[in-house]
Amino acid sequence: MNIYEILLTNSPALIVAIPLLGAFLTPLISRINGKLRNLFAISVLGLTGFFIFWLAANIFIGKETFSYVFGGVETSTVIRIIFEVDALSIFMAIIAIILAFVGTVYSWAFMKDNTGLDKYYTLILLMTTGMLGMVLTGDMFNFFVFLEITSISSCALIAFRTNQGFAIDAGFKYIVISAIGALFVLFAIALLYSQYNALNMAVLANAIKYDFVDKIALVLLVGALAMKAGIVPMHMWLPDAYGRAPAPISLILVGVTQASLYGVLRVVFTVYGGISEILKVNAYLSLGTIVVILAIATMLVGVIMALKQFDFKRMIAYAAVAEIGFMILAIGTGLYLVGVGSLGADMAFKGGVFHIINDALDIGLLFLVAGSVYYATKETSLDKMGGLARNMKYTTIFFIIGLLAVAGMPPMNGFASKLIIYESIYQASPLLSIVAILSSIMLLAVFVKVFHSAFLGPAIPKFKNVKEAPKSMLLAMLLIACLIIFFGLFPDFIINNIVEPATNVLTGGVLS
Amino acid sequence: MSWDAIFPQISTGSGFWSPLVWSGAILIILLIAIGIRRLGRKDYKEKTGQTQVFLSGNPEYEKEQMHVKASNMYWGFMESMKWLYKYLNKMHTGVASDYILWFIVVLAVLFILIGVM
Repeated sequence: MNIYEILLTNSPALIVAIPLLGAFLTPLISRINGKLRNLFAISVLGLTGFFIFWLAANIFIGKETFSYVFGGVETSTVIRIIFEVDALSIFMAIIAIILAFVGTVYSWAFMKDNTGLDKYYTLILLMTTGMLGMVLTGDMFNFFVFLEITSISSCALIAFRTNQGFAIDAGFKYIVISAIGALFVLFAIALLYSQYNALNMAVLANAIKYDFVDKIALVLLVGALAMKAGIVPMHMWLPDAYGRAPAPISLILVGVTQASLYGVLRVVFTVYGGISEILKVNAYLSLGTIVVILAIATMLVGVIMALKQFDFKRMIAYAAVAEIGFMILAIGTGLYLVGVGSLGADMAFKGGVFHIINDALDIGLLFLVAGSVYYATKETSLDKMGGLARNMKYTTIFFIIGLLAVAGMPPMNGFASKLIIYESIYQASPLLSIVAILSSIMLLAVFVKVFHSAFLGPAIPKFKNVKEAPKSMLLAMLLIACLIIFFGLFPDFIINNIVEPATNVLTGGVLS
Repeated sequence: MSWDAIFPQISTGSGFWSPLVWSGAILIILLIAIGIRRLGRKDYKEKTGQTQVFLSGNPEYEKEQMHVKASNMYWGFMESMKWLYKYLNKMHTGVASDYILWFIVVLAVLFILIGVM
């Protein structure tokens, strides 16, 4: 084996090990120099990103799944954890690393006046480790461990500005929600372990009988992870957390939420994907119907609540809730269509998976814009803003890109995925398409309100000397904006090479 | 070379979407709009009476005062949807124990629907 093969074979472990090791080294490097620490954190994430994209290229082009066994290779060994990296895992890892990398670049200037930055960067790297572990692992208990790592580091980062009472309040709510959710996940895992004496997802998928205990475990897993994914009516922690965290952390939190959504998908499609055809039809029909109802509630409540907000970040947080609704609407409709035996399910899943990455980029960019506005004005209330486009031209351009993308306006990426979602859910019911389009229009109204009140209008005297955001923040926004435009102009490239293989992992067990 | 190779498109099941064709069309429409604009009157003078705001003869407010604030936007929508916001505001209490209560409610509904069906 040459060095190339050794690195590739070990890359699933390295993807988690590099940020984990980086997290523990950060406080030491911070003692030498602050700039060196920032550069180190960015380099660690860059290196992790390199391994993720390298592995992704092999998975997407070679159409293979990478397995990595920790502990004994022999099945009799007690401690044995397997990482199963397929197209869906690596798709989610790409999202996580993009958000973490961009968030860290953005943090350089955004957080420079804060103290305790050694802890800040350590926690970012730990949060990234947790997210990557959640999406790469093929073991249920391991998933729980990484979920906990992500939750604890996220909580500390949400409450990072300890001088602000609201931030601590949001952090407290987040840890309460996370701890209770994690306990239910652990209880469900214990139920499955007691049933089948196994924790490996593939082993469980082959063994699961879908009896009463399995149904309880399914409900606990889906319920707890759906709460962490911010699905209505369990979304209320999300505006608090996203709204009070520093802007780059809000960006990375989008990835954390999506990792929880990934957990729901893994449980439903992989762990419970191996049940018999008759049971599957019933399960998918009932689960699909429930998910569609929750999705409609998520879209409508998210967008209606966003419309009445005048705190910039809280408004984006509610828009993020609405966007989660679009994803689960597509997934739920896909499940329902599988249940009724329609051929349109594949397209619905594709739209849902494509929208996961689009949502991360669109909402992420808007959070960064909100951060830039806060950095320049020290204001979060839209009521106190106005005329910022005069002094913050680049930020305004990035906001327009984010606005168009999140509202699903052509030719941005949001339009491509939403178009697929509209057309595929139309097959289940035209009413679903109408509700989804209405929600998109309302999302446009939400951000037109922001555009008018913050960026347009006469110059406000107190913002006369406001300056454009620093270069590192502009660079971070530019990176995401370029991805949004690229995904929007070449959706076929993204769908054929990234989204379709990831969707095939989901539908492989369902549509076979 | 095929049309698809030059202008890649995605199939949506019952239709297709080609962003490059759409962007090209928008660019042409934009050029036509700019052309029409250039045909307009050229005797327009900036910073003269032609650009002053006229509010039925009333004096003009300070510019800062004329900016419509975020909380004043969509007033009509908010008024007509007051009944809905009343319920939604009640739902969003901001209390952590209420958040958990909603989680328990969803779990109970899921238990009934998935356990029975």
